[in-house]
Amino acid sequence: MSAFLPWVVLLLPIISAALITLFTLKNRAASACLSIGAVLASFAASLVLFAQGASGESGFTWLSVGSSSQGLHVDMALRLDPLSLLMLLVVTGVGGAIHVYSWGYMREDPGAGRYFAGLSLFTFSMLGIVLATNFLMMFIFWELVGLSSYLLIGFWYERPSAADACKKAFLTNRVGDFGFVLGILTVWATLGSLNFTELEQKLAANPEALGTAATLAGLLVFCGAMGKSAQFPLHVWLPDAMEGPTPVSALIHAATMVAAGVYMLCRVFFLLAVPGSAALEVIAWVGATTALLAALMAVQQNDIKRILAYSTLSQLGYMVMAVGLSATSKDPTPAMYHLTTHAFFKALLFLGAGSVIHALHHEQDIWKMGGLAPKLPITFWTFLVGTLALCGLPPFSGFYSKDAILALAWEDHNYLLFALGVFVAALTTLYMFRLVFVAFVGPAKSQAPSHAHESPIVMTLPLLVLAVAALLGGFWGIDRLYAEQFNPAALPPPASWPHQMVAPFVHAPVAAGAGLMAVFCGFAAAMALYWNKVQDPLPSMAGPLARWMRDRFYFDELYAKIIALTQETLARAADAVDRWIIAGLLVRGTSMATELTGRMLTLVQSGNLQTYALLLVTGVALLLFFMLVG
Amino acid sequence: MTVGLHHYLVVSALLFSLGLLGVVTRRNLLVIYMSLEMMLNAANLALVAFSRYNNRLDGQVMVFFIITVAAAEVAVGLALIVALFRKRQTAHVEDLISMKY
Repeated sequence: MSAFLPWVVLLLPIISAALITLFTLKNRAASACLSIGAVLASFAASLVLFAQGASGESGFTWLSVGSSSQGLHVDMALRLDPLSLLMLLVVTGVGGAIHVYSWGYMREDPGAGRYFAGLSLFTFSMLGIVLATNFLMMFIFWELVGLSSYLLIGFWYERPSAADACKKAFLTNRVGDFGFVLGILTVWATLGSLNFTELEQKLAANPEALGTAATLAGLLVFCGAMGKSAQFPLHVWLPDAMEGPTPVSALIHAATMVAAGVYMLCRVFFLLAVPGSAALEVIAWVGATTALLAALMAVQQNDIKRILAYSTLSQLGYMVMAVGLSATSKDPTPAMYHLTTHAFFKALLFLGAGSVIHALHHEQDIWKMGGLAPKLPITFWTFLVGTLALCGLPPFSGFYSKDAILALAWEDHNYLLFALGVFVAALTTLYMFRLVFVAFVGPAKSQAPSHAHESPIVMTLPLLVLAVAALLGGFWGIDRLYAEQFNPAALPPPASWPHQMVAPFVHAPVAAGAGLMAVFCGFAAAMALYWNKVQDPLPSMAGPLARWMRDRFYFDELYAKIIALTQETLARAADAVDRWIIAGLLVRGTSMATELTGRMLTLVQSGNLQTYALLLVTGVALLLFFMLVG
Repeated sequence: MTVGLHHYLVVSALLFSLGLLGVVTRRNLLVIYMSLEMMLNAANLALVAFSRYNNRLDGQVMVFFIITVAAAEVAVGLALIVALFRKRQTAHVEDLISMKY
């Protein structure tokens, strides 16, 4: 049973995707039922597995080349341990809420069948990453996630912006994946195995096994996470991915895709944390840079989904920074903890934003909203819960996970990163309350909000479920469950709710206090700047800085320039090679040499019989001469 | 002085060379043709000489075949030359260069 059930979890979504594609593409209701049913059944099976506390690997050898000790052996197997079990719950649980919500959001769309097939494929791919036992299998599902995100971001492919966005997401991911492949190859070349358990054993037996390739392998593997989890400098695709339907954004930003990168880092953490590797240091700084840049950009965005997108980027930066900071503690629990709570509240925020967009007939500019709180009460209150969780106000779940990261930085004596984290937390509160104040409270800034009405129950129910998770996620002992995976020796005894509530203040009062201070500072700034405003006051106050923030620090333009330049140079070089070497030397050279020889040889064809006879005789004479003399 | 193998071979070589010279230098197709026959007979002479020298009859048998085939070949060749002359009113090789490039 326990060997069979993980396969059920994994395969149900792909079966539903296949059934939808083959039979019910035109039937929107049946497609939705199949897709929602599959993910909920997966969730139920995951719950059973979780309750059993199942662990171990089940599967078969998929590929076996060479001798049993030296060759390449790849299993198609599923791995169950506390890390993957919790991640299963997050993916299928949060994903399930998003699936249900999608039925309300996408009901009217003629392509809903295709949409649900895509969602199922996406869930399947993500579950594959979570359950993978080895690098190759993970990479296959990794690419499948890339493919399904491409399909879903470009769901409205008739819109040029969506078509561009999905290409951009795919290509940017490709850059990271290339590094990931190289990293996998490096690991295989040095350690001779792709299986996570075997790798961990080998590195535990001999921490120096990676040798000089330790940093390189770590960073190359991190490249993959950089692409999928949208870390600087490959962060550019994530905001553009907003072109997809809003539930897809929620899925990408919360349960799947971007979580894959952080999850992978935690899965192969033993590989990054080997002594002599500088990878984690780089990872921490890349994460911090991403967190800061994205938070700054988020402050000046006007599209409700884009604000949330940059906030995701910023939170991903936090998680990656937490992975990097775990170098001394050897325990990336805070990163996974934040990933989980973030999945709750970010899915909630995106679905709330989707509800707003739905109510306003696809108006996404927050400066055209306002006064929505009384019109969309459920959306407003759940959105507020999500916002408070994201900002990190106790007792919301975000506070506990963010505090764990700040405490990690503090205990690691990395005060610069600690300060950065606190500053980003303040910025987070600023841009989130800017969003809340401008969109939900304050005066209506256009005609659109006056016609708004609350979304149907199928959309608000997932909001409520996720709001409960975002509110209470801090008390479920999620961190303890992850710690079971990474640090089973030093497991603290389970604590009661009140204890957990105040634990951060007891455990690391500086971090908790600084986090709270940041929230209050950010809130005060948002109050001062955006309460009851109809226009953004920041551009006139901060001038060029605000413009840079709004224009996303010109990363897109820079990349466009660089790509155009390299493209142009490459094209010119290719053109020269084609024109002069291939067409010139090879093609025309051959034809001219042939023609010249031919023209010369025609002179022999005099038509005179006796010339031929003479040539023949000369030839025979020469042959005879060489045969007899030579 | 007895007549030995080498005398026959020298005569045969001279005949062959004369024939070759005729083939290469003469302009009239009929004469070229006769020169060709002379080359054939030079070979025949050599074969008969070797046959006699080795006391074996193989060479002479081969000569008979050559003579037979040559007779047939002469018939065909002469017929071709006659046909050519009827068509072009000439048997000179300089006039027969329509196969020139």
